[in-house]
Amino acid sequence: MTDALSAAVSILFHGTALAMVLYLISVGLSVTMGLMGFVNLAHGVFAMLGGYIVTSLIGRLGVPFVIALAAATVATALASVVVERLLYRRLYSADDLDHVLLTMGLIFMSVAGATYFWGPLAQPMHPPPWLSGTINLGFRSFPGYRSFLILCGAGLVTALWLGLERTQFGIRIRAAVDNLRMAQSVGVNTSCLFTLTFALGSGLAGLGGALGADLLAIEPTYALENLVYFLIVVAVGGLGSIRGPFVAALVIGIADTGFKYLLPELGAFFIYALTMVILLWRPSGLFGRAA
Amino acid sequence: MNTPALETRGLYKSFGALTVANAVDFRLDLGARHALIGPNGAGKTTFVELVTGALRPNAGQIRLDGADVTSLPQAARVKRGLVRTFQITALFRRLSVLENVTLPICERQGIAGDLFHPAGHHRAAIEEAHALLERLGLDDEALRPVYLLAYGRQRLVEIAVSLALSPKVLLLDEPAAGVPSGESGMIIEAIERLPQDIALLIIEHDMDLVFRVAQRITVLVQGSVLVEGSPEAIAADREVRRVYLGERAPA
Amino acid sequence: MATERLVRASGIRPDEFTVGVFARRHRYHPLEALPWVVALAAVIVFPDYLPLGSQILATILFALSADLVLGYAGIVTLGHAAFFGTGAYTAGILAANGWGEPLTGLLAGALAAGLVGFLSGLVVLRTTGLPLLMQTLVVATLLHEAANKASSITGGDDGLQGMEVWPIFGIFRFDLFGRTAYAYCLVVLFVCWWLARRLVHSPFGRSLTGIRENVRRMHAIGAPVVHRRLVIYTVSAALAGISGALIAQTTQFVGLTSLSLDRSGTVLIMLIIGGVGQLYGAFIGVPLYMVAQDRFSEIDPVYWYFWIGLLMVVVVVFARGGVLGLFDRFRR
Repeated sequence: MTDALSAAVSILFHGTALAMVLYLISVGLSVTMGLMGFVNLAHGVFAMLGGYIVTSLIGRLGVPFVIALAAATVATALASVVVERLLYRRLYSADDLDHVLLTMGLIFMSVAGATYFWGPLAQPMHPPPWLSGTINLGFRSFPGYRSFLILCGAGLVTALWLGLERTQFGIRIRAAVDNLRMAQSVGVNTSCLFTLTFALGSGLAGLGGALGADLLAIEPTYALENLVYFLIVVAVGGLGSIRGPFVAALVIGIADTGFKYLLPELGAFFIYALTMVILLWRPSGLFGRAA
Repeated sequence: MNTPALETRGLYKSFGALTVANAVDFRLDLGARHALIGPNGAGKTTFVELVTGALRPNAGQIRLDGADVTSLPQAARVKRGLVRTFQITALFRRLSVLENVTLPICERQGIAGDLFHPAGHHRAAIEEAHALLERLGLDDEALRPVYLLAYGRQRLVEIAVSLALSPKVLLLDEPAAGVPSGESGMIIEAIERLPQDIALLIIEHDMDLVFRVAQRITVLVQGSVLVEGSPEAIAADREVRRVYLGERAPA
Repeated sequence: MATERLVRASGIRPDEFTVGVFARRHRYHPLEALPWVVALAAVIVFPDYLPLGSQILATILFALSADLVLGYAGIVTLGHAAFFGTGAYTAGILAANGWGEPLTGLLAGALAAGLVGFLSGLVVLRTTGLPLLMQTLVVATLLHEAANKASSITGGDDGLQGMEVWPIFGIFRFDLFGRTAYAYCLVVLFVCWWLARRLVHSPFGRSLTGIRENVRRMHAIGAPVVHRRLVIYTVSAALAGISGALIAQTTQFVGLTSLSLDRSGTVLIMLIIGGVGQLYGAFIGVPLYMVAQDRFSEIDPVYWYFWIGLLMVVVVVFARGGVLGLFDRFRR
């Protein structure tokens, strides 16, 4: 394989892995922001929580990988229900500014909490032995864990999309995002829907954070460090859209990996410039609805 | 024939497969008292949005006092005297009643862009606002934040705000909507006392209001004009009764 | 009502009374002298803390500029540091390259920041909500990255070194005790506050509150909404630029943190503590936050983060109007 082609394949591969993680984390944010109009900057906290749970279960208690993942997902979803019922619910009709400030406060508390319980250093992530190593496809070999990430991510995304298209729950979410009043008038229990959707989105974020623990380091400032990326994926993809953030995540993931590899002096500059250009062209995102 | 205050010719708007305005020809004369009625989803509010410029039509013309305004933005039409109220009260919630009316007066007089003088300097505008409130019986609550008023009074403030713009054509979108029956009397009174030189189009479901105020009625069904005529003619029209399915118009 | 009886007894007609009250809203209230009295008293009472005092005064100006955009026009931005940083780096680069005259440096900072505000405003203000928030965030982040990469001019990660600020009017040198700096910041803050106050009470300022309360209604009364928002965004940017230039000149240093998300975020926190949209929130929130930070964040940064976070959650849920809002509730 030529150098350039090899580099391109590497970029595509690693970029797609990053994109999967970004998407799993951000899709929940997109749906809840589109559904509830709630600017949830603290969404990353759930991803972080998933990451901490998984690394603690595996690292300190030796729990098997798949069980740890499941536990992280469920625990995060439950935690999100508590937060939604206690706090977010009171502020659905408040200003954007209130949402921004509340969720910023939650991020700060999460930074302090994470430092207190787990210390300031990043948590090491050790993929299980059956996923380490490489997969040899003849022309190239690929790291095992990243391959798993891509396949697992693709599987989850497909399950998610099918679920949203085919199940009652999914149809209700889509109807409510489209037109909340109309959904209410046909008898959808929106209060219950909000909580369940929030739990689903946060659970997915927890799973994404857990799976992506070696791509996005699990450390106390996780929610702050990665905030801009999650917001970019949602803003570029389109609020309330489910497919949009997938495209956005792919673009961002591959572009970010590519630029860091090819033009490291410019760093994340191009991602931000690209985001600006896209938002100039389509202010509501690639697949979003115009206000 | 006199130039109508407001006229639409072949007004057409669709959202994909859904046609919300189907070649609507409409005419509102000077000083008219006209009502637009129709079942839910008939496209009445859409018609208002098209006429005021909040929505762009796919085809057709809108003429204000004989001049073609179809391509003008909303603010420009307001400056020419085309004013609307909203079905769901759209006021400056935390501002006082007096402020709610002073702001549109300042816009109309072109002083709202003044960065240097204190707002109180423009006393004439404030006095005009207060006089308007007096005419509508709202002056005793002039300094209260608007969200504290009873809903019926808020609808009156909505009308005051529209009058503050010195409209030539006034579109009232369901002025009595959501108002408790005890308070709807003051809305009807306020409408009856509107200056005669304003051309008035009311969108309403409340048939009492419609038959008390309107001299002509247009019935809109699924984006098309079904029939237009005097209140008596409309009340007697069999098609209209059928469309409303049990909605009874006072004889 | 008691006021009604009073009015009737005095012989003024009720409508004149109402109009009069409304028309006199802009008049100065004795309480408004309080911040300046406190600021002057601080020179005598806390003579060793004047450098911190100068920082507080300059940050009050920054928060005041943010309040114009946030509290009066209702534009939620997470990128206000972009203007602060532009002003800081402009004044800083001038002073580090031979032109240390403070007042012209201040002016240059204001103009540069105002220009950035105008250009970004043209783009950013066409939307609202999340797209707007994102775009303000991206603009600030872009500037941050640019400043980082252009390290030959800006000093990059290490910050801008070698600033030399000349004495004000050639007479008042910046002394070690920070007295000149304090007086400088106080006077600049006073002038900018006076301008902001005038603007807020003008018909333009009143129309901004209309835009904040109900944009749809503003469009429906024929107001040029986009134009108005652009004007206030530009003015606010210029004032933020002045505050950045002040800090640069009085500390003789500019770092990348002047463009950071942290700076954009903390100004929001300081405003919400004091109270948004009431002009004086900045005067209360900024000193409270900065003094507390000075005291507590060294003891244990973790606890600082936790309590500030908790405070914000509590304020948003229970005391949305901040300290000023609590005063209002207490009065009624």
